Amino acid sequence: MKVAVIAFQGDVSEHIRMTEEAMKELGIGGSVVAARRRKDLEGADAVILPGGESTTISKRLRASGMDEKLREMAGEGKGIMGTCAGCILLAKKGDEEVEKTDTKLLGLMDMEIDRNAFGRQRESFETELNVEGIGKINAVFIRAPAILRTWGDCRTISEFEGMGVAAVQGKLMALSFHPELTDDCRMHGEFLKNAAKD
Amino acid sequence: MPFNLDMNKVPYSVERINRGTERIKRGFAAMQKGGVIMDVTNSEQASIAEEAGAVAVMALERVPADIRAAGGVARMADPEKILEIIDAVTIPVMAKARIGHFVEAQILQELGVDMIDESEVLTPADPFYHIDKEQFTVPFVCGARNLGEALRRIFEGAAMIRTKGEAGTGNVIEAVRHQRMIMSEIHKLKAMDDEELFAVSREIQAPFELVKEVSELQRLPVVNFAAGGIATPADAALMMRLGSDGVFVGSGIFKSQNPEKMARAIVEAVHNYDDPKILAEVSKGLGEAMKGLEISDLETKLQERGW
Repeated sequence: MKVAVIAFQGDVSEHIRMTEEAMKELGIGGSVVAARRRKDLEGADAVILPGGESTTISKRLRASGMDEKLREMAGEGKGIMGTCAGCILLAKKGDEEVEKTDTKLLGLMDMEIDRNAFGRQRESFETELNVEGIGKINAVFIRAPAILRTWGDCRTISEFEGMGVAAVQGKLMALSFHPELTDDCRMHGEFLKNAAKD
Repeated sequence: MPFNLDMNKVPYSVERINRGTERIKRGFAAMQKGGVIMDVTNSEQASIAEEAGAVAVMALERVPADIRAAGGVARMADPEKILEIIDAVTIPVMAKARIGHFVEAQILQELGVDMIDESEVLTPADPFYHIDKEQFTVPFVCGARNLGEALRRIFEGAAMIRTKGEAGTGNVIEAVRHQRMIMSEIHKLKAMDDEELFAVSREIQAPFELVKEVSELQRLPVVNFAAGGIATPADAALMMRLGSDGVFVGSGIFKSQNPEKMARAIVEAVHNYDDPKILAEVSKGLGEAMKGLEISDLETKLQERGW
């Protein structure tokens, strides 16, 4: 299995480490690559959009043509996971902050997100979260978005304060929080298992 | 939507939410990696920075080159100025407090600043101590010239380190010097046993546990940016090539002839730092970069503030 982590900006090395750990744990062979050019996505079975600044990452995705490639890959049924900024980019509908900054979303998941839904860095927090299919995990929220609404095939699998913080749609997975900043690779494992299905 | 702890609505008890943990602070810094953080002095500049693809802005009353030229005591920026910039952008906003001035830092935290730079660019306030950064909910970034200084700041709770360089000069040599110093000191720790690491820890006046951690990781345990004198896309790419996780650009953007173009070009350069073809392209026709200063001509070296 080849997993590509979009590596323009953000916590890329954390995702690479966590994906490698999850692959080891699950006995999945293959490689994890940092993708900075469109060609790095060739042959990838799964892609991860890391945390970082969604405004910055979306500009790079567009400039590199990787936005098109990702839409193509989603259409082919490849797995794509986004955490925090990545969660925002996966959504079909953004909020006024997304519009104001002219951030171009990939629009792959039937959900509406609210950027910086929980406040500024001062309000960033860790908490125990119940995630459907996984159980209790320690979730780290950093200037995190929330999933306000889902429709179609998109489904919320975890909530905090009545707001969605994790959603799945087929092999696509969006998380408001950062499993890659913890020592628990179950979320990455779940994503990889799902992505590997025929 | 503001985060509102309405007790009737919260399904979890408040104790189960932890704020300001080391993981959250260092995690925030990790989100900046591969990015450019730009000094801005008003809402218009802040919007230019955001539009150019900056990952965060540093809210200031004056850029370092002007602070240097003005002389006198440089203090925390006016809260009104900081709030104006916070309102203008959706990306994180950082601001500077004087070395050791924990009350300025408390004020910045109160204003909603996302990260505090305990900075040598401002006039130091405490001759004995840096700020005890663990007491704060928001993370700190601090400058360092060498490994010992970096580890002392991390021990005090800094979640991010940047080279001090020599701010406001547009001269990259000091940032390169500090980055090279830190990297070479880290490399030297590689094959050392505990006795040797202990000797190094005494010599560089840094806690043994941190020295040992760096020896194993072969990098700092927190994100490490370049700062102090970066004026062109090539300067920014150079710092990335030398192992920086990202760059701060102070006077380099808004003291250049065409700030919009320079800002975009520096962001491009950081994202494509290992591709000379793209670097050549983005370096074209930027107009004049900021006027630089020779280090040996300086009356005040800002990097010598702090220890």
